[in-house]
Amino acid sequence: MADEVNAITLVEAVTQALAYALENDPEVVLFGQDIGANGGVFRATDGLQKRFGPARVLDTPLAENMISGIAVGMATQGLRPIAEFQFMGFIYPGLDHILSHAARMRNRTRGRLSCPIVYRAPYGGGIHAPEHHSESTEAIFAHIPGLRVVVPSSPARAYGLLLAAIRDPDPVLFLEPKRIYRAAKQPVPDDGEALPLDRAFVLREGSDLTLIAWGASVKEALAAAELLSTEGVEAEVIDPATLKPLDIHSIIDSLEKTRRCVVVHEAARFGGLGAEITAQIQEYAFDLLEAPVQRVTGYDTVMPYYQLENVYLPGVERILSGARAALGYARGGQR
Amino acid sequence: MHKPRLQLQASFDIAWLQYLDQQGRATQALPEFASPDWLTHCYSQMQLARQVDDRAVKLQRTGRLGTYPSSLGQEAIGVAVGNALMPEDIYCPYYRETGAFLERGVLIEEILANWGGDERGQNYQHAPKDLPICIPIATQALHAAGVAFALKYRHQQQGIPQQVAVTTSGDGASSKGDFYEAMNLAGVWKLPLVFVVNNNQWAISVPRTAQTATQTIAQKAIAAGIPALQVDGNDVIAVAWAVRDAIARARAGEGPALIEALSYRLCDHTTADDAGRYRSEKELDEAWQREPVRRLDRYLRSEGLWSDARQQDLDRELAQVMETALNNWESRAPEPATAIFDHLYAQLPEGLYEQYDQLRDEQARGAQS
Ligand SMILES: Cc1ncc(C[n+]2csc(CCOP(=O)(O)OP(=O)(O)O)c2C)c(N)n1
Repeated sequence: MADEVNAITLVEAVTQALAYALENDPEVVLFGQDIGANGGVFRATDGLQKRFGPARVLDTPLAENMISGIAVGMATQGLRPIAEFQFMGFIYPGLDHILSHAARMRNRTRGRLSCPIVYRAPYGGGIHAPEHHSESTEAIFAHIPGLRVVVPSSPARAYGLLLAAIRDPDPVLFLEPKRIYRAAKQPVPDDGEALPLDRAFVLREGSDLTLIAWGASVKEALAAAELLSTEGVEAEVIDPATLKPLDIHSIIDSLEKTRRCVVVHEAARFGGLGAEITAQIQEYAFDLLEAPVQRVTGYDTVMPYYQLENVYLPGVERILSGARAALGYARGGQR
Repeated sequence: MHKPRLQLQASFDIAWLQYLDQQGRATQALPEFASPDWLTHCYSQMQLARQVDDRAVKLQRTGRLGTYPSSLGQEAIGVAVGNALMPEDIYCPYYRETGAFLERGVLIEEILANWGGDERGQNYQHAPKDLPICIPIATQALHAAGVAFALKYRHQQQGIPQQVAVTTSGDGASSKGDFYEAMNLAGVWKLPLVFVVNNNQWAISVPRTAQTATQTIAQKAIAAGIPALQVDGNDVIAVAWAVRDAIARARAGEGPALIEALSYRLCDHTTADDAGRYRSEKELDEAWQREPVRRLDRYLRSEGLWSDARQQDLDRELAQVMETALNNWESRAPEPATAIFDHLYAQLPEGLYEQYDQLRDEQARGAQS
C-alpha cells in the first residue's frame, strides 16, 4: 500500500494536510503573509490559493498582531482559521491575542465560545537565515494554560498531527521545524487520518537510556542512538510531539526500562521545556533514576548569526556527551 | 529660499451629526425610525443603564462587586448601538457599555456576575454569539474584524444573509495598533464591520488632547480608506442614525465605517479611580449640562410624550426589574472550585487529572473540617 504513495517531504506533508482540510471542511480558511500566489516563503501553501480560491486562502496585510487577532474572531463564529506566521521570530507582535484571548476564550465564556485555531510557524535554526529567523521559544507558549503546542518531526507526523490540530476544538500552536522541511522523504498516504495529540511517539526502542527530542533535533537524537548502539548501548528515542499538554506517562514508562534520561532541545536551557520534563521526572520517577537527568540544549544566549549557529545547536557530539554523562553514573547513584 | 509649487492631491472632510441640542430641541427633522415608541424605549433603557451602573457602584462600595466601570453620561451611545444591531448580528464590545449590553439581551444578573468575579457572567444566555467584555484595550477591534470576515464568508459561501459585526471602544483605544490594524484590514477586505468610538474625552487620567494630536478621532478612518462620521454622543437619535446607516451599508456589501461619538464620562474611570485627581469640577459641571438622559427627557416632554406620572411608573418598573435581577444574581449557587479546570480545554488533558483531583480533594477536606 505504502509504496503506491509518493514519498514527500515534511513541508509537502504540511501542504497535503492543509489541502485535505480545505477540501473536506468548508469552515477551514487559511491566511497569512505571502501565502497566496507565492505559496508562502517556504512553499507550505503552494498551489492552495489556485485550487481553493482567494476567498479561502488569503494574503493579509503585514501585521502579525492582526493575524493572530482576527483568527480569534473567526473562530468564535465557528470557522476553523489556520493562520501562518512567516517565521516564529515574528510571532511576538501576535502574542497578545494568542495568550490573552485564544487561550482563554473557552474558559472565560464557560464553554460558550471557543477558539479552534491553528497558528502555524516555521521554527528553529540551521538554515543560514538572518537574525530573528531561527529561534525556538516554544516554552513561552507551553507555559500558557489553554494552549496546545505541537511539533512534528517527520512528514507522516506533520500530516497526521496537523490534521489533528485543525480538528481540535482548542487553539494549537503548530511549530514546523524548518531545518528538516526538506531533509527526508517518506510516503504519506493522503487518507485524512489524523495522529493523536497529547501522545508521545516512541521512535526507537532501547533499554539503556531514554533520549527525548522533538522537531529537528530528533534527527540528531536518532543518529546519536545509532552510534551508541555500536558501543552496545541501546537508547530509546521519544518524541513528545505535543509539548503541551505533555505525555509524561510515556516518558516514565520508558524510564522504567532505562532509568537514565537525556532531554535534547534547540531552545535555550533556562526555563526551557527540558527543565519542565526534568522536574516532572523528578516528581514522578525519582526512585527509578540511576543518574540525574541530563539536558543537552541551546545555550542561554541569543541565537547567533549563522556562522556560529552550529555551535549553538545541540549536535550529535553533544548528545553523545550527555548520554555518556548519564551512563557514567553507576547503579546505586555513584559515578 | 526655494519653495516648490505643490498641488493638492487629495482632501477629506469630517462631518458632524446632531438631532437634539443640549436643551433637547430638535435641530433638524427627525429620522423615521425615531417614533414615539422608539424614543420612549430608548429613554427607559438609558434610565435602566443608569440604574444598573449606580447599583453596581454601590455594590462595589460595600464589597460585593469587584472593580466596576460605570457608563454614567454615555448611556445614549450604548443604547443606540445595541438598538441598531439585529439579533443575528455580532457585538464585540469593550467594558463600558451597560446600555448596549441591556439592548443585546445580556441579563443584569450576568453583568453583575461578571464584575462580581463569576466567569459565568460572560456566558450570555441571550446573545450566544456575541463576544464577551474585552479588557485589554482595543483587542476587540481585531476580533471584530475576524468575526466580520466569518460573517462575510458565510454569506458568500453558504448563502446565509449578510450579518454585520459592530465593535465599540474608547478614545484611548484609538491609539493602539489593534485599532489601526483592524480598520486597515476591514478597508482592504471590505468587511461588514462598524467601529464605534465612545469618545468620553478621557483614558483614565489622560485627556483626549494628550492621547492624539488629530483634530478628530473620526479622521483616523481616512488613513484606512473607510468612511467616517462624528456624532453627538449625547444624542441617542444621532448615534442611532449613524450606526443604523453604517450597518445598512455594511449589510449591503459596501464595507466598514467608523463612527466617533462625542460624549463625556461623568463618573470615575472605574470604582478604583478618583477622577478628582486629574480633572476640574468646572469641566464636569459643564459636561452635566450636555448629558444624554435629561436632554431626551426634555425633548419627550416638549413633544407631550413624557410626564411626571409616566416617570413615576417607569421608576417603579425599573426598581422592580433591578430587584428581580439582584435576587436572581444572589440566589445563584456558586460555581464549584473545580470549574477552573472545566473549560480550559474542550476535554481535560490527561496530564491535568492529577491537579484536578488534588483541588477536588482539598475542597472535600475543606468542606469536612
Ligand atoms: C492594553 C491595555 N493597556 C492598559 C490597560 C489599562 N486600562 C484600562 S482602561 C484604560 C483607559 C482606556 O481609555 P479609553 O479607551 O478612552 O476608554 P474609556 O475607559 O475612557 O471608556 C487603561 C489604560 C488595559 N486595560 N489594556
